[in-house]
Amino acid sequence: MRTLLFLLRKEFLQIFRNKLILRMIFALPVIQLILLPNAATYEVKNITFSVVDHDHSEYSRKLINEFTASGYFQLNDYSKSYDQALDQVEKDKTDLIVEIPAGFERELIRQNESMIFFAANAISGQTAGLAVAYANSIIRDYSNNIRAEWISMPRLSAIPTIEITSSNWFNPQMNYKKFIVPGVLALLVTLVGFLMSSLNIVKEKEIGTIEQLNVSPIKKYQFILSKLIPFWFLGLMVLSIGFVISFIMYGLYPVGSFWVGYLFAGIYLIALLGFGLLTSIYAETQQQAMFIAYFFMLIFILLGGLFSPIENMPDWAQYLTYVNPVRYLIEAMRMLVLKGSSFWDLRYHFLIITAFAFVFNGLAIWNYKKTV
Amino acid sequence: MSSEIVIKTNKLTKKFGDFIAVNEITFEVFKGEIFGFLGANGAGKTTAMKMLIGISKPSSGSAEIAGFDIYKETEQIKKSIGYMSQKFSLYEDLTIRENIQLFGGIYGLSNKQIQKKSNELINKLNLQNKADKLVASLPLGWKQKLAFSIAILHDPKIVFLDEPTGGVDPITRRQFWDMIYEAAHNGITVFATTHYMDEAEYCNRVSIMVDGVITALDSPNNLKKQYNANSMDEVFLTLARGAKRGE
Amino acid sequence: MKQLLTFLTKEFHHILRDKRSLLVLLGLPIVQLLIFGFAITPEVRMANIAILDNAKDETTRLIIHKIENSKYFDIDRTLIKNEQVEKAFKTGKIKAAIVFQQNFQNELMHANKAQVQIIADATDPNQAATLINYASAIIMDYQAGLNQQNKLPYTITTETRMLYNPQLKGAYTSVPGVMGMILLLISAMMTSISIVKEKELGTMEILLVSPMKPWLVIISKVIPYFIISLVNVATILILSVFVLGLPIQGSLLLLIVSTVLYIFCALSFGILISTISDTQQAAMLISLLGLMLPVVMLSGYAFPIANMPFILQVLSNFVPAKWYIIIVKGVMIKGIGMEQIWKELLILLAMTVFFLMISIKRFKIRL
Repeated sequence: MRTLLFLLRKEFLQIFRNKLILRMIFALPVIQLILLPNAATYEVKNITFSVVDHDHSEYSRKLINEFTASGYFQLNDYSKSYDQALDQVEKDKTDLIVEIPAGFERELIRQNESMIFFAANAISGQTAGLAVAYANSIIRDYSNNIRAEWISMPRLSAIPTIEITSSNWFNPQMNYKKFIVPGVLALLVTLVGFLMSSLNIVKEKEIGTIEQLNVSPIKKYQFILSKLIPFWFLGLMVLSIGFVISFIMYGLYPVGSFWVGYLFAGIYLIALLGFGLLTSIYAETQQQAMFIAYFFMLIFILLGGLFSPIENMPDWAQYLTYVNPVRYLIEAMRMLVLKGSSFWDLRYHFLIITAFAFVFNGLAIWNYKKTV
Repeated sequence: MSSEIVIKTNKLTKKFGDFIAVNEITFEVFKGEIFGFLGANGAGKTTAMKMLIGISKPSSGSAEIAGFDIYKETEQIKKSIGYMSQKFSLYEDLTIRENIQLFGGIYGLSNKQIQKKSNELINKLNLQNKADKLVASLPLGWKQKLAFSIAILHDPKIVFLDEPTGGVDPITRRQFWDMIYEAAHNGITVFATTHYMDEAEYCNRVSIMVDGVITALDSPNNLKKQYNANSMDEVFLTLARGAKRGE
Repeated sequence: MKQLLTFLTKEFHHILRDKRSLLVLLGLPIVQLLIFGFAITPEVRMANIAILDNAKDETTRLIIHKIENSKYFDIDRTLIKNEQVEKAFKTGKIKAAIVFQQNFQNELMHANKAQVQIIADATDPNQAATLINYASAIIMDYQAGLNQQNKLPYTITTETRMLYNPQLKGAYTSVPGVMGMILLLISAMMTSISIVKEKELGTMEILLVSPMKPWLVIISKVIPYFIISLVNVATILILSVFVLGLPIQGSLLLLIVSTVLYIFCALSFGILISTISDTQQAAMLISLLGLMLPVVMLSGYAFPIANMPFILQVLSNFVPAKWYIIIVKGVMIKGIGMEQIWKELLILLAMTVFFLMISIKRFKIRL
């Protein structure tokens, strides 16, 4: 125990003495929490569109007005032909082409049915899908309005209609930042903890000080603990700063209990740092450690559900996410911050992350050899 | 010097695949002795030493350090020895006092002892006004003296020195050897590798390793007589001429 | 020339000896591409939902059956009470719930109006919107089936064409993005670290006092990473054409020429970093914070630039990857030619020259 205290003192002294790294650790979350949620948005607004209006009627003008008034779409230009509009797509000026055929108004009134043609730039499937979905709903509303305008005909009410209402729980304003901020916070805690811990032991290896520790009677678990605890505190500090910034910048604070959040993050960090230390033990140089860390971070983040929902992944990828600790923190943070889930709601998350903590740290202690 | 044996090896061997780094070395070191472990680069000195201090597992053979077996009792060995590696290995981003406290703590000295020892040490090395400066700011010679003092802070039975005076100026080397003599006088056995042959003259006994094998082991004077040489340098050159490995 | 060769051999030895880093360098693009190509798809599949059927009549049974048969929803039949559903939302078990009113069929047939409510977990607003859209569509479809004989008047039907990417494959965005990212990572980060490492170890001084010209030293550091980058470009292109089924619509030659220009741009940025930093860790941090994040965030690869606040849109113009990604998308997917991308190529060229000029200036000051 006493040995551990001496080792801890050393680690803390070293961390607080390295001003560059320390500043990075704290500047990183601040800058990123301010920038990332603003940049990382799939919120679809400002979809640019080009109109190819062959009809030039009152109805076609009204329809275009519906688009611009919706708040989602921004008119890029009136193109003379489809090809001219396509040229705009090629130049990345426009996302959606709305082509209104000649005779649109006439057919709608006379034959009760008319057609509109959309072409979306689908290189980004996600944006294209949402753009078309919004466009369709505008058309739906538009034809409903015409119907309401024209018809008081009794035969209409004879048609049975199912009225669909929808409500959005936990985030009624559909604010994308609410979704992204807890995830980014989880990511930052992970990034800082993982990078720091994975570079640490290998640095002692590179400069040779580790040999001096290896010939001393330090126990393996003391060594691992002395590396783990300081970064554990740093991680929780980053989390706290993150909470403060999310509150100031985005008015977000956990609907659920803060303590459950800290408890979860605490256990999570033990697991994550264990993995970082394992990386550090395995690597021979700092450069190598950084690469390995980078590799895993990338996969963890991509398969962590930060930006793309895990439910949408194919089965094999979903199975992979089960062994991705980052996934559990992102989920837990969102559940706590947005839904106010309780400890009991999160029991499986707690169970799994505790298991991770045991496995990674067990492996780290087991793999750390005092011999060469 | 007593006749108590503190290091005893028997056919100690280390292989890396087909390469035999250390080939069946057998020797004894007595308590309070200054034992010089010589050899050219690549002769296997460092590998042998790493086995003795318990951070490398031997391939075969046996050894006892301070009465402990190097296979089963490495952790007990570590409590009874001090070590100073050829790479300077104190923490440069800690102050002198912090380094002393750290290693004192690791070796289980009480706070009182640490306090007393660090003051003694700082006074002895004349570092009073540098005690709270980072080790990185010290000149190399002082770093080495400090590293040695810290290696014997916990009064080990044996201290292992791996090329302790590499890159240090002659005056500092002289001072360094004074410190080694003092430690030996206090009953600490000194086991040192070096390739400065003038330093070999300071040792009570030396062994010379060539291609993983100990080819000579005696006091410097006896060796000079045996090989009809004026200096250890000549002895060494005679023996090392046949080496196939190394430089 | 001979000097350069000797020195190059040394550099290659360094790189080839570190098998783990090499594995990451060459394996990363493959893994990244496969994850993007196959794991991350914009399409919603199999979301867990609950259904609270307060009517339990023939009509609701039919609608539920229709929902169940769609490939989007997986109904959790164990959830039958209001409180259970609420709980299930909180534990993350379900993403949406559909609630049918009492006497659904009666109301629909006799009052011509029946209500159904779709509740979505809007923690992820986009997913919520998509789920509501899908569920609505299924219910509307059922209704349309009921009303087949009497068609709604004033109906506008729409026909949609998804340009360039009819199946909405994720690979279409990820391939250009991965190329922009990997090339920058290898070229800029690796070069800067390997140059700074020599500085840190003091070996740089030895090289600089040798008869070798300083710029030759730098060139020989840069060439191996240039070659690794080319290998990666080849891997990415081969994978994307043969595994991800992404066509190369435009000229392959133009694509390669622009890629080489981009690699030069990244390499010169790497050299610039190495003139600024003194330690490996500093170079790593600058590369990681100064490069990776802007590339991921502001290049238009992960997030559409058009949706960002104005200031970030302005900043994005300074990210080389943004221009490169526009080029790759244009040439590879849209099949456009030189006349439409010369502006982007020129910007990359200007950036390269700019980075090199500052590096040379700084390099001279130091010596």
